Amino acid sequence: MNKESRFHISKRKALPWYKAWAIRGAAIVLALIVCALITTLATGLNPLKVYGTMIQGALGTPRKVWTLMQNLAILLCISLAVTPAFRMRFWNIGAEGQVLISALACAACMILLGDKVPNAVLILIMIAASVAAGAIWAVIPAFFKAKFNTNETLFTLMMNYVATQLVAYFVIVWEVPKGAGKIGIINQSTQAGWLPQIGDYKYLLNILVVAVLTVLMYVYLNYTKHGYEIAVVGESERTARYVGIKVEKVIIRTLLLSGAVCGVAGLLLVGGTDHTVTTTIAGGRGFTAVMVSWLAKFNPIGMIFASLLLVFLGRGASEISTVYGLNNSFGDILTGVILFFIIGSEFFINYQLHFRVKAEKGGEANV
Amino acid sequence: MENKTPAVAMRDITKTFGNIVANDKVWLDIYRGEILALLGENGSGKTTLMNMLSGIYFPDAGTISVDGKEVVIRSPRDAFALGIGMIHQHFKLVDVFTAAENIVLGLKEGGKLDMKAAAAKIRAICDTYGFDVDPDQKVYDMSVSQKQTVEIVKVLYRGADILILDEPTAVLTPQETDKLFAVLRNMRSDGKAVVIITHKMHEVEDLSDRVAVLRHGQFVGDMLTKQTNAQEMTNMMVGHAVTLNIRRPEPKNPRKRLEVKNLTVRNVDGIVKLEDVSFTANSGEILGVAGISGCGQKELLEAIAGLQPVETGSVTYYEPDGGAEELLGKDPLAIAEKGVVLSFVPEDRLGMGLVGSMDLTDNMMLRSFRRGKGPFVDRKSPKKLAEQVVADLSVNTPGVSTPVRRLSGGNVQKVLVGREIAAAPTVLLTAYAVRGLDIGASYTIYDLINQQKEAGVAVIYVGEDLDVLLELSDRILVLCGGKVSGIVDGRRTSKREVGLMMTKLGGGDANE
Repeated sequence: MNKESRFHISKRKALPWYKAWAIRGAAIVLALIVCALITTLATGLNPLKVYGTMIQGALGTPRKVWTLMQNLAILLCISLAVTPAFRMRFWNIGAEGQVLISALACAACMILLGDKVPNAVLILIMIAASVAAGAIWAVIPAFFKAKFNTNETLFTLMMNYVATQLVAYFVIVWEVPKGAGKIGIINQSTQAGWLPQIGDYKYLLNILVVAVLTVLMYVYLNYTKHGYEIAVVGESERTARYVGIKVEKVIIRTLLLSGAVCGVAGLLLVGGTDHTVTTTIAGGRGFTAVMVSWLAKFNPIGMIFASLLLVFLGRGASEISTVYGLNNSFGDILTGVILFFIIGSEFFINYQLHFRVKAEKGGEANV
Repeated sequence: MENKTPAVAMRDITKTFGNIVANDKVWLDIYRGEILALLGENGSGKTTLMNMLSGIYFPDAGTISVDGKEVVIRSPRDAFALGIGMIHQHFKLVDVFTAAENIVLGLKEGGKLDMKAAAAKIRAICDTYGFDVDPDQKVYDMSVSQKQTVEIVKVLYRGADILILDEPTAVLTPQETDKLFAVLRNMRSDGKAVVIITHKMHEVEDLSDRVAVLRHGQFVGDMLTKQTNAQEMTNMMVGHAVTLNIRRPEPKNPRKRLEVKNLTVRNVDGIVKLEDVSFTANSGEILGVAGISGCGQKELLEAIAGLQPVETGSVTYYEPDGGAEELLGKDPLAIAEKGVVLSFVPEDRLGMGLVGSMDLTDNMMLRSFRRGKGPFVDRKSPKKLAEQVVADLSVNTPGVSTPVRRLSGGNVQKVLVGREIAAAPTVLLTAYAVRGLDIGASYTIYDLINQQKEAGVAVIYVGEDLDVLLELSDRILVLCGGKVSGIVDGRRTSKREVGLMMTKLGGGDANE
């Protein structure tokens, strides 16, 4: 019996919020220490300086702050989009494709209708087209899930590839100039279909739209009948049917919403900032959003902080690789370590380790 | 008997979960050649105590000695090494494996895995104690009682001579229970120590040699079974005197409320679960439904509630004012929209009736959240309802914003029954309403059901404890393999008659 393990694990009862946050704080401190060790051992640089550079890279100038906010807004928007589906335990990992297809729809409107309709009408059409494209892309897997119980994870994942290929095809169709292999800035001279800029702030509109969406999504999920139905379906389909909720209808309705919000992200990307479309316009954020949503436990308000963290780490990591001439991957290593600790801390919030004390008297130290 | 060294002596065992003290300085002695019944209400810490003996939990304080030697049990493996084995209430078997594969699973024996030798050893164990297990049968093909047998053989295979059974009869028919008890008696004469956790008094009296009682995590006392009686034991468990009689008021002005005709149901695999079932349920009357588990009870209730697709038949609802309404082909929402208030307490409380992660208020809302115009839900009246249910049924909860999953089984059931009754139903369907509930909570539920009956509700009560069915029901519908075996008068029939009807259609020509 002495060969038995030196500790055992048990599930915690609910932990008061301040203790949970203390654990999370400790995890971040530990992560920073480990990162510092790695930095010193691998590069010989002063870790404090490296951290300083990260902060500089993310928040150093007003322009950098705006870029950070813009990236935050887009990532948050996509995270908001996947969240209703996730609350329903519908694993929509097709946000990447839904954003791409709506970006394509938005770009198509700008290219094809650019000088044919008044600008205000064009923007309305763009909004409708982007939102519809995202919604359709999400509702196809939802329909098959509702009717035939297909696996939504695989289905939405496959839809991503279809969307990427479609964008790749149309990039060639609409390439400017011929042979360039890219579309370039659409309507650069007329600025037709460009979403209006508020004052001098290029990104402010995007940020405001996403801020409003965050509040709306929070209210929708927590205080409306729809939000309640989503929670019931997610927790137990049998309970949902028992109280007469039409599960198929809720699945389809929720994915329409999920895809539509992805559509907004596509619209903001193409109409608001990039004014072009490429196969990498979503930049993997459809997948990062999955992590944001989980990190925040599907709470829109928590997602603000989760996406801030991820965007901050990403911006900081790329800054240190430029400043110190390090390989790009070094920033990723640090980001990985920090995320590992943060996600790992959830384990210690939910579970408890009991270490075995030297004497075999059955005494236990609780950690 | 009392002069022997106990096989297991637990001393001053304390275990806390957060702020809850599950066991508080408990003393317990278990002897070989004896069957000990461990009694106590839900949440009194019986299962926790036994889990510490079988290595699932580790005590915060206190000592455990086996055969007079102090031991440390850190895992089920340690427990097995000491000859302690536990059969849990929820079976821990792999469905796609055979009995033998399940039995050897997790064993660390040197050399190659020899399934033939294992099967032979299993057969030898079965012969010794009178079990009936086919080592090559897959678990998914087994009945509940067969699965339980596999669990018991699994423990014996590992050489256990101290057996703990957690509510083993909850899922068995009277005949299966008798068989199990015969096996347990064989084990006793073989010198094994047997501990059985149960709520059922007649089983304690039938089977055990000694009784130990826990209350609120504390050890109240133990005594020889033949020197005590059900009333005394119950009082010790509850802490004050309780009456053990179930009221059965005469039905007042019973009128046809629900008529089921020629109902046939197939499940998704195309297997017939109900065949040509016909009966009437009257207002102001309790119709008990008896049957071995899985004989179509679930399908019957779900078909009436609009949750189960039906092949043929009809379910007609007669309104108190004379109108009639066909319920088949309607989903629960459509039934409710027709003005039929049909309440349903399903078997799987947290899987169907309630949402475990939601709090009491949100669970109260399940039935009523559509009320009111506009897109927003109103949480005020559900909160009031939750508070009222908590007060009326004395639900033990820290508050109405506690997730129901955190409540004990009895309190979960009170929340569910409270909500279903609050709708002022005309038909009340209940499936295993007292499963896993302690005596106090069970009697609360019987009382609530009786109140509904007296209020003129047609109650359909699917039960598993025949003693209760016979005391509570006005009429009893007996199902056997999805068919109606008969409908008998609850006041005139006997346990034996119903038991026979459960196992044989019509219960006739049973020659024993």
